[in-house]
Amino acid sequence: MLPAEPKSDVKMAWIYFPFDNLVCMLLGISFTVWFTLLLVFIIVPAIFGVSFGIRRLYMKTLLKIFEWATLRIERGAKEKNHHLYKPYTNGIIAKEPTSLEEEIKEIRRSGSNKDLDTPEFEMSDIFYFCRKGMETIMDDEVTKRFSGEELESWNLLTRSNYNFQHISLRLTVLWGLGVLIRYGFLLPLRVTLAFTGVSLLVVLTTMVGFLPNGRMKNFLSQKVHLMCYRICVRALTAIITYHDSENKPKNGGICVANHTSPIDVIILASDGCYAMVGQVHGGLMGIIQRSMVKACPHIWFERSEVKDRHLVAKRLSDHVQDKSKLPILIFPEGTCINNTSVMMFKKGSFEIGTTVYPVAIKYDPRFGDAFWNSSKFGMVNYLLRMMSSWAIVCSVWYLPPMTREEGEDAVQFASRVKSAIARQGGLVDLLWDGGLKRGKVKDTFKEEQQKLYSKMLVGNQEDRSRS
Amino acid sequence: MGSRASSLLREEEIEEIKKETGFSHSQITRLYSRFTSLDKGENGTLSREDFQRIPELAINPLGDRIINAFFPEGEDQVNFRGFMRTLAHFRPIEDHEKSKDPEATEPLNSRNNKLLFAFRLYDLDRDDKISRDELLQVLRMMVGVNISDEQLGSIADRTIQEADQNGDRCISFSEFIKVLEKVDVEQKMSIRFLH
Repeated sequence: MLPAEPKSDVKMAWIYFPFDNLVCMLLGISFTVWFTLLLVFIIVPAIFGVSFGIRRLYMKTLLKIFEWATLRIERGAKEKNHHLYKPYTNGIIAKEPTSLEEEIKEIRRSGSNKDLDTPEFEMSDIFYFCRKGMETIMDDEVTKRFSGEELESWNLLTRSNYNFQHISLRLTVLWGLGVLIRYGFLLPLRVTLAFTGVSLLVVLTTMVGFLPNGRMKNFLSQKVHLMCYRICVRALTAIITYHDSENKPKNGGICVANHTSPIDVIILASDGCYAMVGQVHGGLMGIIQRSMVKACPHIWFERSEVKDRHLVAKRLSDHVQDKSKLPILIFPEGTCINNTSVMMFKKGSFEIGTTVYPVAIKYDPRFGDAFWNSSKFGMVNYLLRMMSSWAIVCSVWYLPPMTREEGEDAVQFASRVKSAIARQGGLVDLLWDGGLKRGKVKDTFKEEQQKLYSKMLVGNQEDRSRS
Repeated sequence: MGSRASSLLREEEIEEIKKETGFSHSQITRLYSRFTSLDKGENGTLSREDFQRIPELAINPLGDRIINAFFPEGEDQVNFRGFMRTLAHFRPIEDHEKSKDPEATEPLNSRNNKLLFAFRLYDLDRDDKISRDELLQVLRMMVGVNISDEQLGSIADRTIQEADQNGDRCISFSEFIKVLEKVDVEQKMSIRFLH
């Protein structure tokens, strides 16, 4: 009995041991393979700024799948004889671009044969204000800029689907597969990369900070920043096309761009080196800010300093006057807009009197909506949504530098730059303030309308003095 | 916003609204999407604040009067049916609707109902006549501070004099219709859909 037991024990152990060993070996191999792939295909290219073209292939494949998905939905809807909800970004009602004066004159013309140029009141004048008001209730230019853009084709994300009932079984399977790929494979991969990128940024910039100020420090700081931003770009699977790189911002200038999300910073900073401007934050952001500023001068404001416009202007102009410092990156809209339009640019950065380098950023909404709706999602929720989309695809155009012309004030200059950016990016150029996302509109606009209408009742000042 | 558009509005409701207002299926779903995007409280009704959040409406001199038209007497919330009923006044009059039998109920977007809508913008206390005071108040809204009280007063007097026929120094709805009989109400009080 006694000699038999150890024999069986040994037998058992013999069976377990290689099995255990096998599992360990497999795990070890897969981890090594995984990290090597990560290193070779993602991190090393990020360091050197080259690309294998994998992301573009991925993008093309996805587009084909989306087209197929949309066709299936349309077919499904037709079979059931249902109506499909189709969003239209160009507005749902016809709006005439005529002025207040022209419109009211037209109304009066149809009503009577009296001379149209004598100023007077007609009861039919109210039709103008009434219809204009109703038009804005049905479809206005401003409020729709603060929510995500609606897509015309479905991109297999539940968050952008409006026709749930028309999804067939095949499509559901495809969607399920998409969920698995995005949350099971892409999301962990991206989170790993993001973690790597951010930690490298903090560690390396702190290390560079120990060097004495000089050419070497600046050179290393630029390389470090670029590398870490490139890793972050890959962490989002961002496929960016840069146009007109000969117009890239130079030292002593200010780079202005339209603002859609915090990712804009990563997109621009992975292609060039900028000095960032922003408020000092606590927590993780604060750590990143403090380490970045050790390597090269960024402009971080305390919360109290932000209100002092003169202080802000002084710090910015001091920075641009030092030609050894990097160009400043500013988003003059002041808030995130949904990338269908460009809203009013705040004049602060245009008063400084240096060269302005406009940059237009346009996201392709088919792969993931990059717009950060800060009233709906917090930062963490937003980043999670970004990392579980298919990809972030965008185009960046570097526009030729502009300077303030003679006789042009800061507001007009800001407007001119804004129009240039809107035209290049194919965005609607709006005069409205992005601050309307949260605040009320100023009364001056209403007063302007009232003034215009008063002229039609009593004529100009000269006529009034006569009557 | 959009994902709730077709799921919360049932087919039967759409049919009912179609019958009542004359809007097409796609117009109704589109306007429902608009309704839900304005409804920040997500409770299926709009309040006056929801309307005032539209900047282009807030700068309209008669913005408050227009918003008021959506809310029946004494109520502060309007649901989607009420929203559509008011918007229906601005649907263009189609040719096939013009020659209908006189027994049927008047459609919401008839010439008469469009004029009634405009009349109610002037009639502040909803007593079916426009007094001199009411006319002055509405005029004041439209011109702001740019015209003096005396001038505005004389404009109001002249208008009432021209319109008033029964000598009560107020403008009733039939007098209002008479003044505007030649105006192209059908076109000026209509909003055309692109699709």
